[in-house]
Amino acid sequence: MQEFFTSYFIYWVIFLLFLLGPYGIIFKNNLIKKLMAMNVMQVAVILFFLVLGQKMGGEIPVEVPGLLGAGHYINPLPHALMLTAIVVSLATTGVSLALLLLVQKHYGVLEEDELLRRMNER
Amino acid sequence: MKEQLPALLIVVPLVTALLSPLVAYFSTRLLRGLHLTALATSFACAVGTLIHALTEGTWHYRFGDWAPPWGIEYVIDPLSGVMAVLISLISVLVLLYAGPFLAEEGWLKKGIYYALYTLLTTGLLGMVITGDVFNLYVFLEISSLAAYALIASGGYKATVAAFRYVLIGTIGASLYLLGVGYLYAVTGSLNMADLAEKLQPLLAANSQAVLIAVLLIMVGMGIKMALFPLHGWLPDAYTYTSPAAIPFISGVMTKVMIYVLLRYCFFIFGAMNGVLPAVLEIVGWLAAAGIILASVMAIAQTDFRRMLAYSSVAQIGYIALGMAIGNYYGLIGAVLHILNHAVMKSCLFLVAGGVKWKTGEHAIAKYAEISRRMPVTMGVFLLGALSMIGIPPTAGFFSKWYLILGALDNQQWLYIVVIIVSSLLNAVYFFRVIEQAYLRKAEGEAKPEETLASVEIAIKNRGPELPYVMLVPIVVLGAGILLLGVCNNVIVTNILHYALPGGGL
Repeated sequence: MQEFFTSYFIYWVIFLLFLLGPYGIIFKNNLIKKLMAMNVMQVAVILFFLVLGQKMGGEIPVEVPGLLGAGHYINPLPHALMLTAIVVSLATTGVSLALLLLVQKHYGVLEEDELLRRMNER
Repeated sequence: MKEQLPALLIVVPLVTALLSPLVAYFSTRLLRGLHLTALATSFACAVGTLIHALTEGTWHYRFGDWAPPWGIEYVIDPLSGVMAVLISLISVLVLLYAGPFLAEEGWLKKGIYYALYTLLTTGLLGMVITGDVFNLYVFLEISSLAAYALIASGGYKATVAAFRYVLIGTIGASLYLLGVGYLYAVTGSLNMADLAEKLQPLLAANSQAVLIAVLLIMVGMGIKMALFPLHGWLPDAYTYTSPAAIPFISGVMTKVMIYVLLRYCFFIFGAMNGVLPAVLEIVGWLAAAGIILASVMAIAQTDFRRMLAYSSVAQIGYIALGMAIGNYYGLIGAVLHILNHAVMKSCLFLVAGGVKWKTGEHAIAKYAEISRRMPVTMGVFLLGALSMIGIPPTAGFFSKWYLILGALDNQQWLYIVVIIVSSLLNAVYFFRVIEQAYLRKAEGEAKPEETLASVEIAIKNRGPELPYVMLVPIVVLGAGILLLGVCNNVIVTNILHYALPGGGL
């Protein structure tokens, strides 16, 4: 049991987090909730990469006097990649919020069924 | 200078895009000139790199001179060279065409439009010439974000469509990124050439992690390229968008996503390897179903742009079908159809935008007698429509011909039936428009249903034809349709032949 928690458990958590995204996007009615589901999905992917770089007992990979072997440090590359992915996620959120502001201003509603009804009226 | 061409190809439009709101503040005229110059420079670089790739072999450009697989490299082989030329050419033409649509906007809106448009071009160019799978993701998001904002510029319905596209597009991109994560976990590499070397034995041994990665990347890119049944975002997004942006988005963006899939399937995974034939067969079936269903949907549309959007889904199916056929002729057909469809669909959307500019209308029913008012534009439309149907000597015929040859070689009779039936369906929906434009008389009576706005537009934009800045791109792309058709043999033997995996089998 403990072995499960230290090895595969985190992947199951990430898997569930990721599935929350499509679930929310498909089944939630409120557009802000859909956006939040999208964010959760992106965070799941970021977590997945970070876990790839993780190592039991690994140290931060900074250059110090008396370097140990490569085996002592965690892999910094996934972290560097995920910095970019975080920025991407931020930008996506920003763009979607801007779009939602426009939608709210014009149609006065962010519930999808009501929004579709009002769109068809005009 | 010459050895820096691949970097300039990206850097010039990127820097221009970032400068654009600042320049717009001082002079919008300068802004337009600057962007046209930047994209034309990009086009020149793309042609230069393509010639280099054809004469001296694949060009590996190292960023900061870091050797791959650690550094990011740009790889330009004939296939990516052709794509880069295609993207930058259509980008320049559509930007030229967009001028009159923006004439009345303020400097800020112009600045933002130009910035987004050039960023979109940068992203797409980056996707085709990068040799690094994560770098590809970054460019994918650059182009997608720019496209979301551009699509939203078409009004409130477009904003809702754009939001939906953001959600669905992000699912696609996240799936892709997750797939890249699996590939990195298995191989420890992000460089395409290095990945290919390390992955192919794993894939042949049916490694489960690689299998999941393949599926994630296929589905992710399938969403991005609007492969049936993942095309839900496309019709709304294409229908409501501003006519200043949609010809470029519709013509090129989904094609680049297919290019990525092609790159993965045939250059990284290896098409005959492990699970790939089964996956490609599923793609083929989906494509075949998509071709027929989307064509039927297109017949049912009354809005010209929506009809073109559904027809896009069908045409993307053709390219996917070519990949599924997977032999020499099939791949030639797929790549040729990427070129043809990019030119045809951009051209048709340019015509749709032109008609909208002239009359304020998009409904097919309002196209009556339009051929008399805009003879050149509608002449090009006729050419584009014939090419979509696949009548020689227009471009569309030849790519379908290669697809059929490929299917014959593999004895996939069903695919042949699908291609022929869908050509008939194409004929049905395009002849409806042709009939309206050429044969139907406009009703002489007052038209009560005509909105005030469209009357105003019609009065404002009177005159025999579109202005030259709009007409020239339309005519150039129309000539491109003919040229791609007549010279298809030259293009295939001299360029596309070397663009296939293994440099032409």
